[in-house]
Amino acid sequence: MSIRTIWRKSLNVVMLSLTGACAAVTVSVLLFILGYLAWDGASSVNWDFFTQLPKPVGDVGGGMANAIVGSGKLLLLASLVGMPIGLLAGVYLAEFGGKTFPFIVRYTTDLLNGVPSIVIGIFAYAVVVVPMKHFSTLAGGFALGVMMIPIAVRSTEEFLRAVPTNLREGAMALGASKWKTVATVIVPAAFQGILTGLLLDVARVAGETAPLLFTAFGNRFWSPGWNQPIASLPVMIYTYAISPYEDWHRQAWAAGLVLLALVLVINVVSRVVMARRAAFLRG
Amino acid sequence: MQTAIPATTPVAQEASLPLRFKIRKLNFFYGPKQALYDIDLDVPTNRVTALIGPSGCGKSTFLRNLNRMQETIRDTRLEGEILLDGQNILALDVVKLRKRVGMVFQRPNPFPKSIFDNVAYGLRINGYKGSLSDLVEKSLRRAALWDEVKDKLSHSAYALSGGQQQRLCIARALAVDPEVLLLDEPCSALDPVTTAKIEELLFQLKDSCTMVIVTHNMQQAARASDFTAFLLDGRLIERSVTSELFTTPKDPRTEAYITGRFG
Repeated sequence: MSIRTIWRKSLNVVMLSLTGACAAVTVSVLLFILGYLAWDGASSVNWDFFTQLPKPVGDVGGGMANAIVGSGKLLLLASLVGMPIGLLAGVYLAEFGGKTFPFIVRYTTDLLNGVPSIVIGIFAYAVVVVPMKHFSTLAGGFALGVMMIPIAVRSTEEFLRAVPTNLREGAMALGASKWKTVATVIVPAAFQGILTGLLLDVARVAGETAPLLFTAFGNRFWSPGWNQPIASLPVMIYTYAISPYEDWHRQAWAAGLVLLALVLVINVVSRVVMARRAAFLRG
Repeated sequence: MQTAIPATTPVAQEASLPLRFKIRKLNFFYGPKQALYDIDLDVPTNRVTALIGPSGCGKSTFLRNLNRMQETIRDTRLEGEILLDGQNILALDVVKLRKRVGMVFQRPNPFPKSIFDNVAYGLRINGYKGSLSDLVEKSLRRAALWDEVKDKLSHSAYALSGGQQQRLCIARALAVDPEVLLLDEPCSALDPVTTAKIEELLFQLKDSCTMVIVTHNMQQAARASDFTAFLLDGRLIERSVTSELFTTPKDPRTEAYITGRFG
């Protein structure tokens, strides 16, 4: 074998090993996190965790029922803010508009997506908390909603663009106006994709902590209505993890596991949605 | 099953046929580029008019102007008159126009909905109040598809074969009872057996529907149409009764095309 051949073969082996190793590292990071959470958290996830309020500082026991419900309320509010705006803006970008305005919209959307979450928190603080003069669920939901918008916009636009043009022509040739075509043919055709995008968007903001620190703030009790500070899983994890109490550390692990499980469930649900629709279309 | 469908209009009666479309001095531009030059054409009612010509001659562009579909493309301009029953179509409401003038496209384009919902679509968006299932059945029968799908109306339209999907698109277009059906190379994506079925379908529909069909298949034009127009480079070269155009063409370019010297 010549030198060139040896060099070529060695390079092949090195690159294959390197790329394979990096792929393995990626997978193992996730497995490591899952493993750690499962190991430390699984034993603490019990009925109490889901049903009881946090005990006073220093007492052992209690749960995070208020944080679970709190995260739920915050995500609901965030969806009400983020989904309609994101969906309709995505429809605009994909179906209407000329050259300049859509370009500006896409660019600023991508910029908004890159804004650090804590800055979004400050923004929500200035816009909602200061006028109201107190922390609230509304402020937290607003902050998370703003974070949801860019992904909702872009993902909706992508899925709408993926719908073939001949469907649009078919509808218009039957006498449908542009808006009717979009609403009755295009959006339904892209619906599963859009829904999946929105669900994954929710899953992503479910774990955001920084914007909640000074909007929803936190609460050791139930938070009725929308006007009071509210507990959430990510903030609870933060509070408990940096505390000096072993019992709280355990509960923080449990919360981490529950949060991850929530994200996993959302992912699975969206795959099921996609699969069922694909099955229907195949006949 | 018939495999050859003769054109049937006797020459003597041609002059007295009512005209569904009168197109006068039609010029069409894609931006600065002109695609159609000074086209004058009559489309008789309840007959099949075929448009033939080499690729890129403007047949589809011309056809798509008849239901104003070219307006959906940016930067296009239309000059001249297109009269539908005497009225300029640019003065009509475009939604109402497209109910009267339906279109079937080259590749079948059923919606990702059930077979029933596909056919009912035009009815629903136009606010039809009566019995949808009756009309859906009627349209599917007219499109010769009813027997094949009557047990699976709730199934996805995508489960059908290509030929069935095209007949579904025809049924969908027929559901709103158009006066005119524009067909843009409807069989080019289909096999010969299915093509024959669709040609037979057009023959049966003729009595109640004026049809304009673009085809690159001259044999199809000869089989299925009453009148044929030959277009070349955006100009209308010749238009006559189909049998005459194919046996005794008047223009040498027509003769060159139909004898296969180019195209």
